[in-house]
Amino acid sequence: MYTQAMDTMGREPVEGNSGIRSATDQRMEEAFEQRIDAGDFIEAKDWMPEHYRKTLVRQISQHAHSEIVGMLPEGNWISRAPTLKRKAILLAKVQDEGGHGLYLYAAAETLGTSRDQLLDALHSGRAKYSSIFNYPTLNWADIGTIGWLVDGAAIMNQVPICRCSYAPYARAMIRICREESFHQRQGYDALLTMMTKGTPAQRAMVQDAVNRWWWPSVMMFGPPDDQSPNSAQSMRWGIKRVSNDALRQKFIDATVEQAKVLGVTLPDPDLRWNETRQSYDHGAIDWSEFWAVVGGDGACNRERLAARVQAWEDGQWVREAAVAHARKHDLKEAA
Amino acid sequence: MTHTDEWPLWEVFVRSKAGLDHKHCGSLHATDAKLAVQLARDVYTRRQEGVSVWVVRSDQIVASDPADKGMNFDPMEDKVYRHPTFYELPAAVDHM
Repeated sequence: MYTQAMDTMGREPVEGNSGIRSATDQRMEEAFEQRIDAGDFIEAKDWMPEHYRKTLVRQISQHAHSEIVGMLPEGNWISRAPTLKRKAILLAKVQDEGGHGLYLYAAAETLGTSRDQLLDALHSGRAKYSSIFNYPTLNWADIGTIGWLVDGAAIMNQVPICRCSYAPYARAMIRICREESFHQRQGYDALLTMMTKGTPAQRAMVQDAVNRWWWPSVMMFGPPDDQSPNSAQSMRWGIKRVSNDALRQKFIDATVEQAKVLGVTLPDPDLRWNETRQSYDHGAIDWSEFWAVVGGDGACNRERLAARVQAWEDGQWVREAAVAHARKHDLKEAA
Repeated sequence: MTHTDEWPLWEVFVRSKAGLDHKHCGSLHATDAKLAVQLARDVYTRRQEGVSVWVVRSDQIVASDPADKGMNFDPMEDKVYRHPTFYELPAAVDHM
């Protein structure tokens, strides 16, 4: 579903580059760089620089957390979906998000971090997830809009990661992208139904949802290129393939046309076609809002994290019972 | 749950349709084989991706060492005579 260019977290201290390396490490690192330059894929058991490993654990786990936390705003509407058809679709989508989280946790674990460590980082608030999920889902049109804009932005972000130099991550992304297209299309379809067959009040709901989700979606690509200090290294290592601004522009150009077909406006008075660039110019993005939400002050940050922690704690007895059951059977077989 | 209680890791292999091989498609945590098969079905075959799944404990897999890749696999590079295309036959019988 959703990765926000995770090097947003450029504000975190850069770890792992102590500058002191043994001669062997230096030789290994040169060989590694050569493999990267040759477009080779790196597998879990291959030698890799510590900084490459850390960058990937951070990015993949944040991506996984985003999938899992992303189930919450949509889960809010499963019991309120307007028809059985929409409810079945939404259930399938939310189930997909859980699956995507699992693929990604598994990819992160290949780098030597345990699932429990990853979850602990999320539950204790140390790890980040995409800030988009800290916005509330206020009406049914929000669900369609999330599919159209948020999943649409996620797809733009994720398709290039299918070519990530770290193969387990790339393989997980290929599976995810294959499923993601359904998410975007079902969202657009839900909105189109409201716009073409709905009442004026329902059409107004769609416009209201688009007005609220547009800017947060545009921000999902992360800060501008000149303010993403980790980007250059990630690009060089083939972890990231396309820059934040390039992806953002691609998303905007695609979405403007889709908005016209849908019959809604996008809440940016400065949005206009630039003949020279063959792209849409857009208005200034309020990055202070972005950083406030990343920093914990979005509308739903506390609620989302509390819901995650509670779900984990409520499931404790199930996990323990399953372990006890397996142990009992092991003992029986041994006897 | 403490770290030592983390559910063991399993590798999942899916046969996409009758007549094809099972192919590795990912991994998951499960307490025992039965649960692993159930979870593999839920996670990896939501869109008719398969007709059969295998699961195996990850710690039961023995793999070659990536550091030995050269020693293990490079010698095959200069054994072109192992391929049918190495042999140039008269056109009349070349479809053999």
